[in-house]
Amino acid sequence: MTTNSTPRVLGVALAAAVLVAILSIKLNTFRDYQIAEIAVEVTAVAGLTILTGLSGQISLGNGAFMAIGAYTTALLLLHLNWPFYLVLVLAAMVTAAAGAVVGVAAARLHGPYLAGATLLLGVALPSVAYAYQGEFGGDQGLDVNFTTPSFLGVNFPLTRWEAWVCSAVAIVTLVLLANLGRSRVGRSWRAVRDDEVAAALAGVNVARSRILAFVVSAACAGLAGALLAIVTGLVAPEAFTITLSIALLTAAVIGGLGTLAGAVWGSLVIVLVPTYATDVATSHGLSSSVASNIPIAAYGAVLILVMLVFPQGIQGAVRWLLGLFWHSPTPSWHTASISKTHEKEGTQ
Amino acid sequence: MVEFLQFTLSGLSFGMIYAAIALSLVLIWRGTRLLNFAQGGMAMFTTYIALEVIRHTGSYWAGFAVALAAGLVLGGAAELAVIRPSLGKPELNAVIITIGLLILLEGLAGIFYGGQYRSFPAAFSIIGLRVGSTPLGVSRADVFVAVAVLVATLLLAIGFRYTSAGLRMRAAAFNATVARLSGIRVARVITVGWALAGLIGALAGVLVSPSTFLYPNSMDSIFVLGFTAAVIGGLDSPLGAVVGGLLLGVALSYASGYLGSQGSDLTALVALGILVVVLMLRPDGIFAGARVRRV
Repeated sequence: MTTNSTPRVLGVALAAAVLVAILSIKLNTFRDYQIAEIAVEVTAVAGLTILTGLSGQISLGNGAFMAIGAYTTALLLLHLNWPFYLVLVLAAMVTAAAGAVVGVAAARLHGPYLAGATLLLGVALPSVAYAYQGEFGGDQGLDVNFTTPSFLGVNFPLTRWEAWVCSAVAIVTLVLLANLGRSRVGRSWRAVRDDEVAAALAGVNVARSRILAFVVSAACAGLAGALLAIVTGLVAPEAFTITLSIALLTAAVIGGLGTLAGAVWGSLVIVLVPTYATDVATSHGLSSSVASNIPIAAYGAVLILVMLVFPQGIQGAVRWLLGLFWHSPTPSWHTASISKTHEKEGTQ
Repeated sequence: MVEFLQFTLSGLSFGMIYAAIALSLVLIWRGTRLLNFAQGGMAMFTTYIALEVIRHTGSYWAGFAVALAAGLVLGGAAELAVIRPSLGKPELNAVIITIGLLILLEGLAGIFYGGQYRSFPAAFSIIGLRVGSTPLGVSRADVFVAVAVLVATLLLAIGFRYTSAGLRMRAAAFNATVARLSGIRVARVITVGWALAGLIGALAGVLVSPSTFLYPNSMDSIFVLGFTAAVIGGLDSPLGAVVGGLLLGVALSYASGYLGSQGSDLTALVALGILVVVLMLRPDGIFAGARVRRV
């Protein structure tokens, strides 16, 4: 991430936007839905990879922030009928505030204790929806009404519009996070992660830096939750289980912890591998209970294999491949030192 | 007053289950410095094996014994097959591998046994015990749960304290390098730790399944609360695991008992509240040693 200059980041973002636009028009409705789904995951996972990879704090509860963002969206659209871009802003602000509260509590905790506290947060918060059925609709959830804007015409497919909205939010989030990671804030996160005492001696406010990482990560998860609300058209506690929070961390690590490209790879894996395995299983005419469980087993096996074969995640493998085929003009000692810093970023 | 007694006793009985899961997590944490997210999944799988054995032999105790043996094998095999190759790689890799193992086991359980809820027999009668005419809120089966976990914990404690294998395990957990230099095969000790954790987890699975039903995800929430209990007690302390489990069991029993249906919806929130209060006062759990944290 350190080598990315702003023009390069913007160039990659533009290329990604064009790619998404072309794919969404060429492919069918189901694939459009998948593009939106991947964009939702990317938004949430990018926030988490910043928190865990750069700031060094583990969270197994970012699904709870997604739930807050999704319920904020549903309530605002249902009761106040706000335009969606304002809803997005408010959803991000509400979850950022929640992130600040959790971050204050988390700043004292480390390792498994933080993992345990955030895991329980991820399990506990959605259960509030069951206890207060009047406000949050219980297990039926809340309906979210989202339509294509009138200027696109009546025949424009809704899923394509959703894919565009989600991808746009995901790409803007990635650009902002890439810049933040290279800024003073990002440097202070890395400093605190690598050596708390040294960072404090160098004038970094350790607690504030930690809390800010939680705020940023929560805001990203809140945006992702808002997007998830419009894509699924329903906000119910069933969607925000422990499985979701764990999948986010899994995607961040599988892709390559601490790298935004890794967040994209990881999101592709957790969305596409189960679907692909389902296709293969059903096309071989297996019984339904076997066919529906083969993707789960395959997904578990893929997680184990990727972690054993590519310790630095998929992005680490991509870097290694690029290094094989593409000889960069920089002197070898230079590339070696860069790859070393990257490795170090990945390990923490 | 009778109500209070009932809630306390049934809370203690459920707390013993959380304590067992917490204990298995502590066993692994002390040896490997790793949270095993597959602990619940392994317990689920061994309980399915027990159910198959009970169905074929008709004997509960045959199933019980096979489940414990399967837990022992599964724990050791998991360590050898996927955990050991991941050591020395980034810390979170091993965590993701245990998550992968959990998902793999849940998928395999679905493939072999299907996703439907299965009922699992209890060892003893589940009719509530009474003193005179007062119901105690617990049954013979609940008493068996408490006794079984207590016996397992005591056996472990005695084994750790009075056998040379236990001494080796304590030495390896205390300082792996020094232990290795003294001729202890630390790798083997760690495998044994995982096997024992698998056994305790399998025990918890067999004990809890009569009241939760058995399905591929049935141990998820039990695992979360067992993990919470371990964190409350302090991940380095087996005693802390048991105390944390009982504390959590009793508190959750009061919450769902006194707060009615809303209370049982909010059990996870109550658990979170307890966890936050404990960690704000003692960031490394109740029984954390006064140890300097390396920064």
